[in-house]
Amino acid sequence: MIANLGYFALVLALLCTLYAAGLGVLSVSQRRPDWLESAHHAALLVWPLVTLSSLCLITLLVTDQYQISYVANATSRSMPLYLKVTAWWGGQAGSLLFWSWLMSTFAFVAMLRNWEHDRDLMPYVIAVTMITIAFFVGLVVFIENPFTRLWQLPTGDTVAAMMQPAGTLPFTPADGRGLNPLLRHLGMIIHPPMLYLGFVSFVIPYAFAMAALLTHRTDAAWLRATRRWTLVGWLFLSLGLLLGGRWAYDVLGWGGYWGWDPVENAAFMPWLTGTAFLHSVMIQEKRGMLKKWNIVLIILTYALVIFGTFLTRSGVLSSVHAFAQSAIGPAFFIFIGLTFIGSLALLFREWDHLRSDNQLDGLLSRESAFLLNNLLFMGIAISVFWGTVFPMISELVTNEKISVGPPFYNRVTGPQFAALVLLMGVAPLLAWRKASARQLGRLLLWPFLLTVVVVIALLAFGIYNWGALLGFGITALVTFTTLMEFGRGALARMRVNHEDPFTALTTLIARNRRRYGGYIIHLGVVLMAIGVIGSNFFQQETQGHLRPGEQLTLGRYVMTYDGLTEFTHTDGRDVARAVVSVYRDGVAVGQLFPRRDFYSETNQPMTIPGVRSSVEDDFYILLVSWEPIGDSGATFKIYLNPLVNWIWAGGLVFILGTLVAAWPDMLEEKRLAPATAYATQKAA
Amino acid sequence: MTPSIPMPTSGGRTKFLIGGLLIIGAIIYLVITTMRSTQQFFYTVQEMQAKGSSVIGKNLRVSGAVLGDTIQFDDKTLTVSFMMANISGKLEDVNAQALHLAALDTTSARVKVVYIGPKPDLLKHEAQAIVTGQLGEDGVFYADELLLKCPTRYEEQGSLQAQGN
Repeated sequence: MIANLGYFALVLALLCTLYAAGLGVLSVSQRRPDWLESAHHAALLVWPLVTLSSLCLITLLVTDQYQISYVANATSRSMPLYLKVTAWWGGQAGSLLFWSWLMSTFAFVAMLRNWEHDRDLMPYVIAVTMITIAFFVGLVVFIENPFTRLWQLPTGDTVAAMMQPAGTLPFTPADGRGLNPLLRHLGMIIHPPMLYLGFVSFVIPYAFAMAALLTHRTDAAWLRATRRWTLVGWLFLSLGLLLGGRWAYDVLGWGGYWGWDPVENAAFMPWLTGTAFLHSVMIQEKRGMLKKWNIVLIILTYALVIFGTFLTRSGVLSSVHAFAQSAIGPAFFIFIGLTFIGSLALLFREWDHLRSDNQLDGLLSRESAFLLNNLLFMGIAISVFWGTVFPMISELVTNEKISVGPPFYNRVTGPQFAALVLLMGVAPLLAWRKASARQLGRLLLWPFLLTVVVVIALLAFGIYNWGALLGFGITALVTFTTLMEFGRGALARMRVNHEDPFTALTTLIARNRRRYGGYIIHLGVVLMAIGVIGSNFFQQETQGHLRPGEQLTLGRYVMTYDGLTEFTHTDGRDVARAVVSVYRDGVAVGQLFPRRDFYSETNQPMTIPGVRSSVEDDFYILLVSWEPIGDSGATFKIYLNPLVNWIWAGGLVFILGTLVAAWPDMLEEKRLAPATAYATQKAA
Repeated sequence: MTPSIPMPTSGGRTKFLIGGLLIIGAIIYLVITTMRSTQQFFYTVQEMQAKGSSVIGKNLRVSGAVLGDTIQFDDKTLTVSFMMANISGKLEDVNAQALHLAALDTTSARVKVVYIGPKPDLLKHEAQAIVTGQLGEDGVFYADELLLKCPTRYEEQGSLQAQGN
């Protein structure tokens, strides 16, 4: 009953999206504002319908309705309530419904928020967002339906279908299969919603960009209307990537946080183009340049958002041939192709109208710095894209599977990231239009001298790896120039307004949120860069088979194996838990409990490391194997990950900076109001 | 265009173009050279042996079925070694049935794998091993990474376990 209601609500939602998209577009050509009103109402109805459908699915999940195929596959009786709820996005069909729900939520808010201000863009904003939702809801309705129930054939096999197939009986399993244990981690529960939130909020700026093209608007109105959406999308995408890294580090048990896995790359690519977009819109707002490029970037970001969902959901990753076996793969492929080509066609139609208001002047200028920034972000995005799709291309073309691993990505993106970080330190010092080399030299003098001091200090500490020295040198320079920017601004306020240093600094940031929020983000990036350099260049590892009382040494750390216990946890997993004492420079620093959980219901092991974390490094112990009889010994693999915690700390600073930049600002809203209000006058 | 804004000289545009092209060229060069030195070829045991000496020393990923009674482990040197049999059919169609047939077929291509590291739990008879490393002159495959898959009753939930760097 509930399943039928959920499915029915979704079918209605699909009809509403199609009605709203069609009528919205027709309202312009037929000059019928009342049709637009109707389209608007239909579009607003989508969110409640998808919400109702989602609530139905959640009800089925938490009440153990195992006759429903999705419930039986994603939950089991032993799972706690919160995991049953989060199973909403734990499986294929549910996660597509979840995607649709988030997308419809954002479209709903955008439609309410921007309805008055951007009336003339609205028909097309409605059309683009509704078509995107229609695609995902359509996938759920026709291909990956979470509401199908199980039926038993006379042969004993079961099939899943909405209606009872002839000759079958209803079938209800006693218990479900349960959620994949690897996904029962807090990071993994929050990670997909964050990524999806980031994904869907980039659809809004894309919709406004397309609307601007379709209405022949060549100004920056679409950018102003969607600036906060872009920042919010970017914030969630960044959070999703960070949480994914943390999850990998805590649960996957290989000592690292980023493996250049295609699924990780799928989320990283829209982040890269989105970051390029965030930077290059500043040139359009300030100088009226790069109009076409900004549209290209948002088209690319939208395409990569859909491509990212496609990569993780279509089975194309395991093999291009598996891709054809699931029906959603080709559907995604066609949708991405059509929207991508359609968007580019619209852009070319408006090509001549999107001329720059200004020209580039000096090679040494803020504009050039932004151009270089975009070039590097695109370079990294294309490198990652190439590495990700190359196995599929080579399999199709040569029938040979050729893949590239982390060494490829590290070597290709490393230099590009280093150049980007360096640029991050220098660019804020450059003047718009034309900067003088002498002025730049004077500003860079002190940061540079301090950087030389840092590098000499590092040499004195015995760091001779030139790559690491270069990396640390760049991060030091960026830290000094960025702090100097805060200092210069605050000093100017102290002189002019006679403020105390604290007031000067806080007012400076509060009055220029976007600029100084951006600099705080830059400082976060620097902290993360230090963590990445430290853990990449100086990671140490060793492994050994120990009997109780024996020890293993790595760097300044010594671990002794004290013993091992095996027991069955109340939720059904078999746990083997080792007790290990850790000494640092000969001083006892505590015990760690690396363990191995084995989920017998899914026949899946999970290695949970024992980690001693400090600002300086992580001592990371994995229990690899043990002899079940007696206490004859166990094998451990241990890692020393220097500075790895700087990544998480930098992530927090990064998020803080984004919040500073994105927080609603009443003064700014007022200042921007005239720019968008004329749209209303025109419509009125 | 007002006279106060100087028209850009054609040289002005050119220097941006040249600068941009140089950077793009450098990135392309970096991608191509790194690609050459890091690419891995994915083969079945039979395909690898058919290629003969041309693949010795190259980065390879090879998939095969583990033969249980050939597994040896020395816990002093942490050396794992086992024989791996060719699995016929497509790589993506590997299931319990295909692995069982591969292990039964005594005429199929086989290769000895040596891996330095702890012995993974999932290394057992008729598991699918995906090894990454190089084929030595002696015909032994020296693996840097050992990935094991055990098909379970639930196809989509086949367990995964990764070992290596």
